[in-house]
Parts: sequence; structure tokens; C-alpha cells
Amino acid sequence: MDLTGILEIARLTDVGQKRDHNEDAVAGDVETGLLVLADGMGGYKAGEVASEIAVLTILAELKESLPNQLPGSIDVTSGMQMESVLLRDAVAKANANIYHVSQTQPQCSGMGTTLVVALFTNDRVLVGHIGDSRMYRLRGDDFSQITEDHSLLQEQINFGLITPEQARHSVNKNLVTRALGVDPEVDLELHEYQVLPGDLFLICSDGLTDLVEDEDIYLTLTALNANLEVAAHHLVQLANDNGGNDNISVILARAALPFPAGRSWRKKILNWLK
Amino acid sequence: MAKLIYSLDGAFLGEFPLEKDRLTIGRRPSNDIHIDNLAISGEHATVSKSGGDVVLEDLESTNGTVVNGKAIKKHVMQHGDVIELGKYQLKFVNEAFLQDKLGTVTAVDYEKTMIIRPGSVHAAPPVPAAPVAEVPAEELTSPPVEAPPAVEQAPAVLPSWARPPSAAAAPAPNATTPAQLPVAHIQVLNGPSTGKELPLIKALTTLGKPGVQVAVLTRRPHGYFVTHVEGDRHPVVNGQSVGAQAHQLNDHDIIEIAGVKMEFYFVGG
Repeated sequence: MDLTGILEIARLTDVGQKRDHNEDAVAGDVETGLLVLADGMGGYKAGEVASEIAVLTILAELKESLPNQLPGSIDVTSGMQMESVLLRDAVAKANANIYHVSQTQPQCSGMGTTLVVALFTNDRVLVGHIGDSRMYRLRGDDFSQITEDHSLLQEQINFGLITPEQARHSVNKNLVTRALGVDPEVDLELHEYQVLPGDLFLICSDGLTDLVEDEDIYLTLTALNANLEVAAHHLVQLANDNGGNDNISVILARAALPFPAGRSWRKKILNWLK
Repeated sequence: MAKLIYSLDGAFLGEFPLEKDRLTIGRRPSNDIHIDNLAISGEHATVSKSGGDVVLEDLESTNGTVVNGKAIKKHVMQHGDVIELGKYQLKFVNEAFLQDKLGTVTAVDYEKTMIIRPGSVHAAPPVPAAPVAEVPAEELTSPPVEAPPAVEQAPAVLPSWARPPSAAAAPAPNATTPAQLPVAHIQVLNGPSTGKELPLIKALTTLGKPGVQVAVLTRRPHGYFVTHVEGDRHPVVNGQSVGAQAHQLNDHDIIEIAGVKMEFYFVGG
């Protein structure tokens, strides 16, 4: 749904201090209420091919399919907003596109990408993710991670083999157990969350979270709440000041007002009657 | 750990790990490496550690010391060097070098994100010791260019999740060290709070009036910066507006935000 004037988005991607090119890709579109972040991996520049295909495909697919979907309907099989079906289709298409290129272009063989995609509709946000890029939410003083990494470390934590604190210092931070575009099919983890006015969402690549403690992210978002652009810059700067070992990408988004379904629909009718 | 492999005409006789800082080679039994052969002098040569290097030195022996076919007086040992002493050989093996060659532990490689096929992890039970064999290196998908490091990394990476929890935690390669920056303070110069001092200990300190003008002072490894956050007016430093960009502060700069003037200064240092 068109969230112009409601959703405020700041996004930033940075090559960091050690890499010579940026394999992350980010997009944010107020008109569709869509945020996409992808952290590509594999091969000489193939990572950036994968992340770019992911972002562009998902944007294009949803720009095409969303206008035909009236906000507010429910998909009975999942109980989520109907847009969740379109989101899954778009991600499946992105997966197929990346997989096809990696199978047909030898220099792209084995490439893949992580993904976080968020779609705001009807006072809710649909959050899909694959791999170790994350989404956090700041609501009042509560700062929580709302995606769970698909990584070897996270699985070790879930099995009780290591504690989250040990995970912070582990050397195998880089092993993801799920990625977009490496197999003919992909398993998108998709959830739906209520959005309250003022909620601030952060989507980021591991270039941020590997180098900046959650507490420092929280402090930054709280202190710089008034200016999302400055907050995004500051987060990237923190990662760079701590070494900038990887590409760093952040998307910040905040809904200033409620956006229930029907409002825009009613507005459209009113406009039409005028 | 480096070691010397001791052989006679290619037949393995034993090995000497370089545990001590200095090993002696000679015919007398008091030597660390004792070679009972008349071609060897009583005190023939020494192998000593010097910094990261291992140095072989001939002790004016009668028949001399030969490394890789060349007589030497002093020689910095390289992995694979063969010391010839009469019919005996001592081959120098540097395991640190071997690990490097295998690409096991290089910080840069660890930063690269790689994909593990889901099945490989779920197939392995959460029991220490078992998974190593169950996660074949080939299952790490990796691009052709980076294939060698990815595959060879597997032995180094995977066993650690089979290790007991305490062993799994290694010091972070990028552990950040606290910035060695002198602490700065600001002191208010006008208005009701005149004279008030504020130490800038936090990474971020916001100043100003929300809704009117807010700026943030950030403490970074190489200095302090002031950045505009909100409001129509930008922070003023020494009478000049700094715009929307971050501006580095110098000792005794005067900052003006929302009508309040403050002096920035370093303490001690």
C-alpha cells in the first residue's frame, strides 16, 4: 500500500575498510511499503550479482503484483495478510533468477545471497528472511532482534552447544545454513508483526552486527531517533571505526502514523466522488 | 611447532621438536641431537630460535654443515630445508608454515560468508566429536575462484562446533580495543546552566532542545565530532555554521547549539 507521508526510510550501504567492492544491495520504496536488503556471497564479484538480482527482482515483482491486491485480506492457509503470498512468489522468482544465472554463467557458479524483505501493509509488517542478515525493532525502550539467523552459530546456540556470549567471539561467524539462489527451491522464513506508530525498524547486514554490539546500536537509535539519516550514518561509522571488515548496510524505517487497510481505499473512493 | 626429522640415507630415525630456544648438534653425548659418527664434530652446530625464525649455525666443525647441498656458516631455516651431516640428514619441518599453506587460519578468509547446505548441519547430531566426518568439505558451497580456501578451511572451522562449549569460544579476531583518546569535557558558557561541565564519556552525547535544535557529539577512535540531528539551524563552531556534515572538534572550540554556547576541551592528556 502507498505509505507516502507515513513511512520514513533511510538506507545506506558502505564498502567498509577491507573490501574492494560492495556485495550488499539495499532498496526501500515508500509507495509499496517495501524494504529489501541482500548480502551477496561467492566468487569474484558474483556476490554482488546475486544480491542485485535479488533486490531488483523482488522490487519489480511486487511493484507489478501489489497494485492488484486490496490491502486487508487474509490468506486462509497462513492466516497472514494476503500480500504474504505475493511476497513468497517474488522471493521464489528471485531465487530462480539467481539460480539460473549461477547454473549458466560459470563465473557466477555457486553464488548466493542472504535476504531480509519487509512489506508494510494494514498496520502490520511482513518480514521474510534467509541467512544471517537481520531485522531489529526499537519500540519505546525495547530493542529486540526479530529475525533469527540461519547460521551455524545460531543452530549451535539453539542446540545448547554454545551460549550467545560465546557466539559473539566465535570465529565461524561466516557460515550461513540458508541462502537465496543456491538451490532450485528456497525456504523463506516469513512472519507477520503488528506495527505501532513510532516503531523503528532496522535491517542490516552482518557487516554491522559482527562489529557493533547490540547495545551500541540501541544507544544510537535512541539518541538519533529524530534523524534517521544521521542514525544510519552513525551506525555505518561505528562499524568502520571498529575495523569495517565487511560491507556494511543498514535500512531504517519508521511508520509515523497508523496505516490500516481501507483508509486508502476509502480515500480513493472519496477522491473519485469529488 | 617446528621440528627436525632425523634420517639416515632417507630412512627415518626419529624427530626432534624445537621445544627449547637452542638445540645443539654433535658427536658428544651431551648434545641435544647426538649423532655418533666420526664425520661429526664433538660440538658441530646449533639450531636456535630468534624472533620468529629458526637459525642454524655451524660451530667451526671439521667437516662443515651443509644445507640443501650448500655449505653454510649461518642459515635461517626455511620449511623443507635439509641439513646434511655426513650420511645423516635433518629435515626442517615448520608446522606453522604448513598451516598457512593449507589456508587454515587467515583472518580475511573468516570474514567471507559461506553457505553450508542445510542438510549437512541437521544431519549431524548435537553430540561432540561426531559431526566432523558427517560434514564433508565439499558441502561448503563456494565459488570456483575461492574454492581452495573454502574447502581447506573446513577442517579448521567445523571441528570447533564439535568441541565442548568452552573450547568453541575463541577471542574475536576483531576485538575492539578501547580508544586511546583523551577524555574531553564540555562546559556551558552562557544561560542558566553557565559553568556546568559534562564529561564526554559515552560514544554519543546529544545536546540541544528536541523539536528546536539537536546535535550529537560522537566519540570516535580518532577524535570527537559534532553532527547536526534535527532543527532548522545547524551547529555553530567558533562562529561558523558546520552544516549537516560531521565536524571534528579541536581543543577549546566553542560550540553553539540552540542558543547555548559551550567550550569543548580535552582533560589531562
